[in-house]
Amino acid sequence: MGWLDRERTVAPPGFNRWLVPPAALAVHLCIGQAYATSVYKTALVKHFGASLTEIGVIFSIAIVMLGLSAAIMGTWVDRNGPRKAMFTSAMFWAGGFLIGSLGIFTQQLWLVYLGYGVVGGIGLGIGYISPVSTLIKWFPDRPGLATGMAIMGFGGGALIASPVSTALLKMYDPNSGATDWVASGDAVGRLFLTLAVVYLAYMLFGAFTIKVPADGWKPAGFDPAKVKAAKLVTTENVSAKNAVKTRQFWLVWVALFCNVTAGIGILEQAAPMIQDFFRQSDGVSLVSAAVAAGFVGLLSIGNMAGRFAWSATSDITGRKRIYMVYLGVGAVLYTVLALAGSTTTVLYVALAFVIISFYGGGFATVPAYLRDLFGTYQVGAIHGRLLTAWSAAGVAGPLIVNAFLDAQGKPGQLNAVSYQPALLTMVVLLVIGFLANLMVKPVDARFHEPRPDRGRAHEPAMEA
Amino acid sequence: MSTAHNTGAKAPATMSTGKLAVAWALVGVPLAYGIYQTLTRVAALFG
Repeated sequence: MGWLDRERTVAPPGFNRWLVPPAALAVHLCIGQAYATSVYKTALVKHFGASLTEIGVIFSIAIVMLGLSAAIMGTWVDRNGPRKAMFTSAMFWAGGFLIGSLGIFTQQLWLVYLGYGVVGGIGLGIGYISPVSTLIKWFPDRPGLATGMAIMGFGGGALIASPVSTALLKMYDPNSGATDWVASGDAVGRLFLTLAVVYLAYMLFGAFTIKVPADGWKPAGFDPAKVKAAKLVTTENVSAKNAVKTRQFWLVWVALFCNVTAGIGILEQAAPMIQDFFRQSDGVSLVSAAVAAGFVGLLSIGNMAGRFAWSATSDITGRKRIYMVYLGVGAVLYTVLALAGSTTTVLYVALAFVIISFYGGGFATVPAYLRDLFGTYQVGAIHGRLLTAWSAAGVAGPLIVNAFLDAQGKPGQLNAVSYQPALLTMVVLLVIGFLANLMVKPVDARFHEPRPDRGRAHEPAMEA
Repeated sequence: MSTAHNTGAKAPATMSTGKLAVAWALVGVPLAYGIYQTLTRVAALFG
């Protein structure tokens, strides 16, 4: 397997760096399918005779495994390079679908947990971080733009997987024309087989297209001194092992956690929430199910567009400032949404769209933020460790919203006022995140990696 | 990057534009399809 080694992927002179973003996108568009599981959720409930919660566990396991594998495998990814990482991710992701399909065909739910959840989840984690450090090295002049392009793919993957999966389920199920049709287990199993083959092909295309820049490469006209001019941007390097000992790592962790928790709060409840906000006194909502579905689609676009647009903007504004916008302006918009969101649907939709674009922007900007603070040396591994904030937010966000809503009444009886405690709690979280981001300062020099002209007597201790 | 030199920028460009176009089309076409399909759903919001 030497052909996967980092040394074999060094770009020859003249290699066009714009070939790297599509390679990264090929992986992220595939693993972004994780956000399109709702397409076959009801079919699996019926097929296994299980509850919604039991089927929802499949997705939860996958997201937990994403965070764990990104944190644990980050250093391995940095050491072995993007090709081996993407190849491994492709094997796990496609393997997860194959094992999952076996579980569906043989009616064994635990195999779906193991396949899509555990095996596929490992593929998600490795795949998510695999191109990040390579992109940052190819685009030292525009790291936010580069990571924004790739991480936008994770948002875009669901936009593709959702309609394609629906079309395939209809094709594979002879009863798809029936009223109140729910896809058969057999159709979902065949869908999993198809996705395994297609995703494997796409991800291998990414793996064999990506290359790392030669040592010392820099783009034409790029002057590192100009980048260093920004106060927070370092030309030093901090290892992943030492990065987690710094205050800066945990401040960014808190900022990301708060931003993601607040975003998930809206995303998880998007369709019922807009209907509840415009529920009249007779219990009927002014917003139909079809319009609510359109709203969910608009949020997906906002999530994806925010990843690219805000992350690219951060190259001009700086990472700390753009995070102040995500968290500070986000807190203000959330407050307006909670107190005046039910005034008009236009205001509600506009506020939710911008808030979700900040959610996506937070994800896409954070690799460049880490590069600014810790250098490029092990930025992939540091990013992997930071993604535990995502896993934690994935648990905390829905928990906060559901706990508050359960206390307010039953689904179908809720209105805009019912959401105020949950939304105002998110405002508090965003303010905490804003303060954490405000406290981010350059990393102390004792954490920098030794250089020939500057040794280090002993490993630095954890920062207080 | 401390011993920076500009090998990539000075070397002749060997990457064909065709390869670049194919790579971007492979990811761009499905993404455009996904965005289009989503926008048709979004239309209900403004209909």
